[in-house]
Amino acid sequence: MSGFLKLLARNRLALAGGIVMALVVLLALVTPLLPLADPDVTNTGARFQPPFSEGALLGTDHLGRDLLSRLLWGTRLSLAVGFAAAIAAATIGAAVGIVSGFYGGRTDNLIMRGVDMLMAFPYILLALAIVAALGPGLLNALIAVAAVNVPFFARNIRGITVGLAHREFVDAARLSGLSNARIILSEILPNVIPVIVIAMSTTIGWMILETAGLSFLGLGSQPPQADLGSMLGEARSALITNPHTSVVPGLMILIIVMSINLLGDGVRDALDPRLKSGALSRPMAATRVDRRGPVPESAGQGLLEVQELQTQFHVKDRVYRAVGGVSLHVEPGECLGLIGESGSGKSVTALSVMGLVASPPGVITGGAVRYEGEDLIGAPYGRLRDMRGRNVAYIFQDPLATLHPLYRVGDQLIEAIRAHRPIGRREGQARALELLKSVRIPNPEKRLTDYPHELSGGMRQRIGIAMALANEPDVIIADEPTTALDVTVQAQILALLDDLRRERGLAIVFITHDFGVVAQLCDRVAVMYAGRIVEEGPTQAILERPLHPYTARLMACVPELGTGKRRLEAIPGLPPVVDRLPKGCAFAERCTRAQPDCRKGEIDLYRAGPRAVRCIHPEAPLQEAAE
Amino acid sequence: MSIALKLTDLSKSFAVGRRLFGGPVGHVHAVHPITLEVPQGETLGIVGESGCGKSTLARLLVGLIAPTTGSIEIDGAALDNANPAIFGKRIQYVFQDPISSLNPRKTIRQIMESPLKRLHGMGKAERDRRISEIFASVNLREEFLERYPHEFSGGQAQRIGIARALAAQASILILDEPVSALDVSVQAQVLNLLADLKAEFGLTYLFISHDLAVVEAVSDRIAVLYFGSVVELGPAEEVFRAPRHPYTKLLADSAPVVGRPLKAPEQKGTELPDPLNPPPGCAFAARCPRASDRCRAEVPRLEAAGGTTQVACFHPLT
Repeated sequence: MSGFLKLLARNRLALAGGIVMALVVLLALVTPLLPLADPDVTNTGARFQPPFSEGALLGTDHLGRDLLSRLLWGTRLSLAVGFAAAIAAATIGAAVGIVSGFYGGRTDNLIMRGVDMLMAFPYILLALAIVAALGPGLLNALIAVAAVNVPFFARNIRGITVGLAHREFVDAARLSGLSNARIILSEILPNVIPVIVIAMSTTIGWMILETAGLSFLGLGSQPPQADLGSMLGEARSALITNPHTSVVPGLMILIIVMSINLLGDGVRDALDPRLKSGALSRPMAATRVDRRGPVPESAGQGLLEVQELQTQFHVKDRVYRAVGGVSLHVEPGECLGLIGESGSGKSVTALSVMGLVASPPGVITGGAVRYEGEDLIGAPYGRLRDMRGRNVAYIFQDPLATLHPLYRVGDQLIEAIRAHRPIGRREGQARALELLKSVRIPNPEKRLTDYPHELSGGMRQRIGIAMALANEPDVIIADEPTTALDVTVQAQILALLDDLRRERGLAIVFITHDFGVVAQLCDRVAVMYAGRIVEEGPTQAILERPLHPYTARLMACVPELGTGKRRLEAIPGLPPVVDRLPKGCAFAERCTRAQPDCRKGEIDLYRAGPRAVRCIHPEAPLQEAAE
Repeated sequence: MSIALKLTDLSKSFAVGRRLFGGPVGHVHAVHPITLEVPQGETLGIVGESGCGKSTLARLLVGLIAPTTGSIEIDGAALDNANPAIFGKRIQYVFQDPISSLNPRKTIRQIMESPLKRLHGMGKAERDRRISEIFASVNLREEFLERYPHEFSGGQAQRIGIARALAAQASILILDEPVSALDVSVQAQVLNLLADLKAEFGLTYLFISHDLAVVEAVSDRIAVLYFGSVVELGPAEEVFRAPRHPYTKLLADSAPVVGRPLKAPEQKGTELPDPLNPPPGCAFAARCPRASDRCRAEVPRLEAAGGTTQVACFHPLT
């Protein structure tokens, strides 16, 4: 709650609106206590007194009634009716929406078609018809305004409820023995209340305006009772001769509606989780670079060389060191496995290479990424864009999310080619066909005109690979490309990647959490933990004789097919959070070999021959293992 | 050993393409009739790829959806009208995604209390005592009870999900991919916890997963599901070591195993059959190297094929 108020207060306009609104409401609340003239007593002798005259601060109206008094009493009434209408509309609308969304099927169909019928009438006409049927009067105006706003709430809330009703926690509540009514009250309602509040905060100003509109037409409050709309209506005839009688209520309506709308927008922004997480702020085209300290010299290793790379996420006052000094390299035709658990920084390392980490909040704070010796960190965006896809291409985990759902896959392939080479449509078509053949998609001519949703997961991932190959890159970074796939499909995709790198001399950086996959595909492997590489070496050697205790324990956790029913090894505890990394070895907390010196200070990556390990008490001596 | 769970011809089909007037356009048979017995204290692993009907079967078993045909018997008593509140006391469900199975706006205590209150009608003091007991057996600290779901890691949230299932005091747990959203190191913690709980409370598990190695490591018997039917059912140590059904063999050969060279066991880009228009014979025939004309015309039944293994195939591997 205090977090919400803080967010709200950060928005200056909303804060101003809130203060003005609070003042108006306060004034309306204390009106009966103020020494005001009776708002309804006429004094035709003192008609149309100008403002600031004796005994009438804002002057008097056409019947000589005190305008200030009428204004305050009128505001009080208008606010009360507006709020009451909003609450009535929100309650009825939310109830209709929740019932309709929760039960679905026929119930939903019947209710929503009814709501659609209400919405088919022009707005003000419907309100007029309701008042005409019920007869004029403030209460009837309230009913009319509430009724015309019900569909807005009902549709909004129904949409949210449909999404919630199929969530797993609703099933879990059913299995806990809750009845439908209880599920609606205790599971659904608490989750839609923020949406109701948001919808209310943005419509309440509008409802006050509508009530005023009905009163203006003489259908709302009846004389002599004052509300803002009826005051305007009565003053209309004297608009030219005595403008102050209409300016006074008009200004008040303006103030109320403006302040409510500003406040409402602020409330919406502060409550909407998407806005809070910054989803609407567009990330920069390339990751922000803020390198302090010297840029490491090129060691001349590999086609792609990452040196002491540091990538951080700056969220509010916290700094998450997602990648804390990672060095790796990959040669043409080689496959490097990057293995680690979630949060170990493997994906962020991969995305940092081409500056694809979203900024904000991502910042590259140190190190270098060299492609054929050229440092890409801090390279101009034009250069990065030129290289993305042409020199270094990516394959992502979920091809359904990376392919555009509304374009045919063939057109998306051609677009990928055209981003780097100006080619004609016919040539592009031919090239796309060739690409689909190279990733062994059956019936490629037909597949070119398919949309992504018409393809199976395995076929979509083949398209993803074809797109990565489109511009014949030298390096492919594959971020868990088979994790979302079934095991039979995974085997096909892995075999395809293996063939491609042998045929074309591709360098592949393969990110995964699966030792089985690494063992089958990768020549070398680097193990990451808490943002750093803890062990590196030839795959076979590491699998046979892991040196870092983490590698050894992690391998022991993985069940292997063909060994029957048994108890698995587990690593107790959790990986450290990367905004509070411990001093010394990050794994020491969970390690059985940890000694006091593990927690003292920075531990280096010791190298010997092809192997490297970041541990001072490894499972076996490094030198021995390297021989 | 008594039979904990007995399924007789259990099936589910969904109507698709509902029209305003008249019947639906077609039916999708998500689960073909399954007859199965699970003895008390067994862990039955159910494996299959996406779209094979695993999750539909799980939801049928806990009464979240009503079966099209067939019946479910638990401890000898038939449960025929799908009502989670009645099923809940006997059979419980542990969800795949631990975080989204917990209501984000309820504290853990409120989540834990609902099955105790609604299914067993316990009073306040008794509930508190029970929650303490359960939390102790799943190794969670009681201070977690006042927190909200988003404050927990995946592994902790999954323990809470298991604790909730235990609170209902059901003797059968359906574990629907309970560790596939977790990291490897945490996965082993949860699997071991499940093994301990099973021994402590004498539970029966149905362990659904796509990860063959995990299923093999935890199960007594394994059922292989393909296109809504059980194609092979046998002891865990047998099924993947010596597969009888060609599909089981394809699965076993596809799993990445350390030390086995990489080769695609199936080069043809074959896909699952169209559920709206299923083939007349064996659903696997189009992908099967051993398929004959009989396979394409007739559906094989699940039958004993020597030993304790049952297989639905006219030409099983030996």
